[in-house]
Amino acid sequence: MTQPKYYWEDFRLGETVEFGEKHVTKEEIVEFASEFDAQPFHLDEEAAKASILGGLCASGWHSCAMMMRMMCDGYILESASLGAPGVDEVRWKKPVYVGDVLRVRRTCVERRASKSRPEMGLTKFHIEMLNQKDEVVLTSDGWAMYGRRHPGAPVEGSA
Amino acid sequence: MPWFEDIAIGARLDLGAYTFTEAEIIRFATKYDPQYFHIDAEAAKAGPFGGLTASGWHTTATWMKMMIAARTGREEQPDETGRKPAGGPSPGFLEMKWPNPVRAGDTITYSSTVVEKIEMKSRPAWGIIRSRNVGTNQRGETVLDFIGQGMAERRGDAG
Repeated sequence: MTQPKYYWEDFRLGETVEFGEKHVTKEEIVEFASEFDAQPFHLDEEAAKASILGGLCASGWHSCAMMMRMMCDGYILESASLGAPGVDEVRWKKPVYVGDVLRVRRTCVERRASKSRPEMGLTKFHIEMLNQKDEVVLTSDGWAMYGRRHPGAPVEGSA
Repeated sequence: MPWFEDIAIGARLDLGAYTFTEAEIIRFATKYDPQYFHIDAEAAKAGPFGGLTASGWHTTATWMKMMIAARTGREEQPDETGRKPAGGPSPGFLEMKWPNPVRAGDTITYSSTVVEKIEMKSRPAWGIIRSRNVGTNQRGETVLDFIGQGMAERRGDAG
């Protein structure tokens, strides 16, 4: 692996950045749903029109996967990522339809150095995934772990 | 999904077991979460988990796959007019935890237990079912633990 571009220190409290451009296709929606979430409104256009969702739309888990891919391409692959322990909450606020163009807006809402592991820091991001109409289709809140550029260095403003 | 009224808090559904292969771990992660410790077995040895691990989203999507399989073929009860419940989308999930990684060859046993039923003021024909969903590996270690939510249709007299 090459030297990471982003370490824990580079995610600043309150900073918001936008990235990604994912064009959602019918083929991908059906492919994901066929394997993981085979419900009529993710597989069949006619059945989807008659359902509460009103049209063929992506599995919520597919939406999460597309968000993850945009985050990977947007910064994680260039970062000293150490993975994530989970996700506090994801809200599927609007369906993701065929033809939608998605992007991600990331805001750093909390951060702290690890006490037990001086080489690691934790960052809490509020993630919004938006469509081409600027509607928020998904929000995600959770912590992720990153390597520190300066392990164990004193952290300004930290408790 | 059965009728909202017919779902009992505490009801547990065993979803069966799924064995993850290295090829599947890499295929999923190459599309959606291409961090080196999910796609490169050799490089992953020096990574945070000491080897190749499945994306948490893959572990979770497989829970959905097992849930769909468990529901398939189950005949829902019609109401007095002969109508069967449609089953609806999910507003999101809470408290997703991946406490241990999933590695190639691991067999994960999944379950879903109803923990809460919520009536919807905005949609009187529907209710929300909250379930605690868990995945456990062959050593009894938890690899997945989250609170899922699904919309269940109410019997005809509700609206």
